[in-house]
Amino acid sequence: MKQDIFQAISDPTRRAILTLIAIQALTPNAMAEKFDMTRQAVSKHIKVLHECELIKPEHSGREIYYHFNAKKMQEFDHWLAQFRQNWETQFNQLDVLLSTIKEQKK
Amino acid sequence: MNNDLLFDFNVDKAAKTVYITREFNAPQALVWDAFTKAELLDQWGAPAPMRAKTKYMDFKVGGRRFYAMISPDGQERWSVQEFTSITPKTNFKMYNTFADKDENRELPGSDWDYNFSEQNGITKVSITIYNESLERMEKLSEGFRIGFTMTLENLENLLATLSQKQ
Repeated sequence: MKQDIFQAISDPTRRAILTLIAIQALTPNAMAEKFDMTRQAVSKHIKVLHECELIKPEHSGREIYYHFNAKKMQEFDHWLAQFRQNWETQFNQLDVLLSTIKEQKK
Repeated sequence: MNNDLLFDFNVDKAAKTVYITREFNAPQALVWDAFTKAELLDQWGAPAPMRAKTKYMDFKVGGRRFYAMISPDGQERWSVQEFTSITPKTNFKMYNTFADKDENRELPGSDWDYNFSEQNGITKVSITIYNESLERMEKLSEGFRIGFTMTLENLENLLATLSQKQ
């Protein structure tokens, strides 16, 4: 199953990885070194982040560098803004309904 | 409209939690009814031009509301809300899941916590939504997108018509 962004960024190590590669693309080995983790542990985090498209691999010779996919984060923020808009719309509808009911009671 | 009424919307991505606070110019008992009675919920509980239709609602601990959001072209998106805690007029909690039209739930869902308080005739509602799967929420909001460009005029007209009939 495709990873959920909420799930991906709820992990502190993954957030730290994102913060780091937002500044500079890194290879899995470089990540393992910086976070003092095994290659396997790093691979698991990379898999989660890659599946929800928060990071993008780029091949350079025999190495793979992972980049931060800012566009995906923007899509997510955009979606959140729409979710907020839905609530605003519904609450405005409720304002109308409440004032209608209050009028009826008078 | 109602620009002086508070509306807060905050997201803690790491904690997978959304916090929503809104004030309403109405007494607490009335606002409570608007959030807990099917016939009122159906009149505002979906952003126009979507509409909400409750098939049944049993507002008690362990009870359920089974309802659909219906788009203008007739597509229905069903959800089940299971009430897990109720303190009349001040708080209720529910577990929300999307479902098919036969009420089969698609787990996992999300936990919703509603708090109500009143001061000087203004009722404040605070909603905390926890652990909603992003993909499921996105799925829901897809249908909503239709609504963004429309105005609320339709609904206001409808409510005006209804209130005249009563």
